[in-house]
Amino acid sequence: MKRKSIAVVGAAETTQMGKIPDVSVIGLHADAALNALADAGLKPSDIDGVATAGISPVELAHYMGIKPTYADGTQVGGCSFMLHVRHAAAAINEGLCSTVLITHGESGRSRVGAGGFGRSASSLMGQFEMPYGPMGPPTMFTIPVLRYLKARGYTVEDLAQVAVIQREWAAKNPRASFKGPITVEDVLKSDMIAWPFTKLMCCLVTDGGGALILTSAERARDFPQKPVYVLGTGESVETPMVSQMYDFTHSTAFRISGKKAFDEAGITHSDVDHLMIYDAFAHLPLYGLEDLGFCQEGEAAAFIKGRNTAPGGKLPLNTNGGGLSYMHSGMYGMYALQESVRQMRGIAPAQVPGAKISIAHGVGGMFAASGTIVFSNEAP
Amino acid sequence: MPPRMLPEPTPETRHFWEGCKAGELRLQRCADCDGGAYFPPRPFCPKCGSRKVEVFKASGEAVLWSYVINMRPRPDMGTEPYAIAVVKLSEGPTMMTNIVDCPQTPEALQLDMPVKVTFAPQSDDITLPFFQPAGA
Repeated sequence: MKRKSIAVVGAAETTQMGKIPDVSVIGLHADAALNALADAGLKPSDIDGVATAGISPVELAHYMGIKPTYADGTQVGGCSFMLHVRHAAAAINEGLCSTVLITHGESGRSRVGAGGFGRSASSLMGQFEMPYGPMGPPTMFTIPVLRYLKARGYTVEDLAQVAVIQREWAAKNPRASFKGPITVEDVLKSDMIAWPFTKLMCCLVTDGGGALILTSAERARDFPQKPVYVLGTGESVETPMVSQMYDFTHSTAFRISGKKAFDEAGITHSDVDHLMIYDAFAHLPLYGLEDLGFCQEGEAAAFIKGRNTAPGGKLPLNTNGGGLSYMHSGMYGMYALQESVRQMRGIAPAQVPGAKISIAHGVGGMFAASGTIVFSNEAP
Repeated sequence: MPPRMLPEPTPETRHFWEGCKAGELRLQRCADCDGGAYFPPRPFCPKCGSRKVEVFKASGEAVLWSYVINMRPRPDMGTEPYAIAVVKLSEGPTMMTNIVDCPQTPEALQLDMPVKVTFAPQSDDITLPFFQPAGA
């Protein structure tokens, strides 16, 4: 995409976060959308492009009374919203529409108006994975990790350390689900879910949502909020079956998506002031730091243990507390994007002073997909 | 206990499941390139796209590549923790499975330990391939 040709002019999460038993899935989408519209000073009729995952863009558009000229229903898991941002940028630049609303809403905890999980027994996953007893992401996303730890020389304590430092960030965030400090020992002693993963190495299960509004950088200057410019974007998809990853010790999708985003943005790693790496489980930031090129293979654990990503460190990471401590409704990518936008606006609860470039990097499914967005708050 | 979740073969995978019933682990390979064996089944080579592929009987030899031990058993899997494993076949592909005839503990389940295929009928149509320690 063209650097800084597109900006985020509206961004908001749902009014409530965590446990919301009185709002359905579509209601969470709408609540986030209305908050983002208010943030941008827009009405639904000002929107001519819609994008969402979890529900259909048809449901979103009709529920909101939007008659769009552009609809994107890309659904590749929790990073779908990164892909929506990327596609919206291309669509606006191509003249397909001028103002795109991207929404997420999920009743992950309360399951109000939520569809079921499950895949057909004739799908490849249904035939070649499900017969062996996997039961959702905690037993699947984690499968490559013993191989990864062995290859890198990392330990389960290194996984625990990720959760400990993210809790330090969460403590600074009033909306975080869990704020109390924890130790490596606490993490290791929490309930064993799927060895070697304990409960505190796994993301939360909560209700919530978020929405973004994008338009051209030219128009962005006329909106009430400080524009946050899209500097670079990347995406890729890898495998619908975790057992068929190309290599258990890295995410091919991360590498392709990350490189594309860095190349588009024309930045180097030292330019990055703030980083979000979708942390459905404690191993994701380790893979992310390596696959995005912030660390050499085998150095990510020491990088985290050395407090480089902690409050006061040189690369603030997952400053909202992440999926491990902030919230995780199922498709967390939207919350990573929201935190990047807050950091670029300068209004994050744990604001990184003077941050000018932020990256939100997402994973979809179980290492199935990836999306990367580089943001800047400096006008073109 | 509800019946175990079983696969529904499709035309593109039927040879694999017929092979399991016959006690053979069947993989595919390309006749046009040296892309090697591949899995899961599909009627073309994922390396070069050629439709000239052949089914062959694999050795059934593998090593334990990675796993988790699920502490909250799925209802159709009984009540005891079990390992959800991925093995790396000697022909190259990886494959999800369970490790049978072996304690489901980190001590017994060592990465890179040699394992071999074994077959267990689940219904008239479906026989699942599992793996057991090579010395068992």
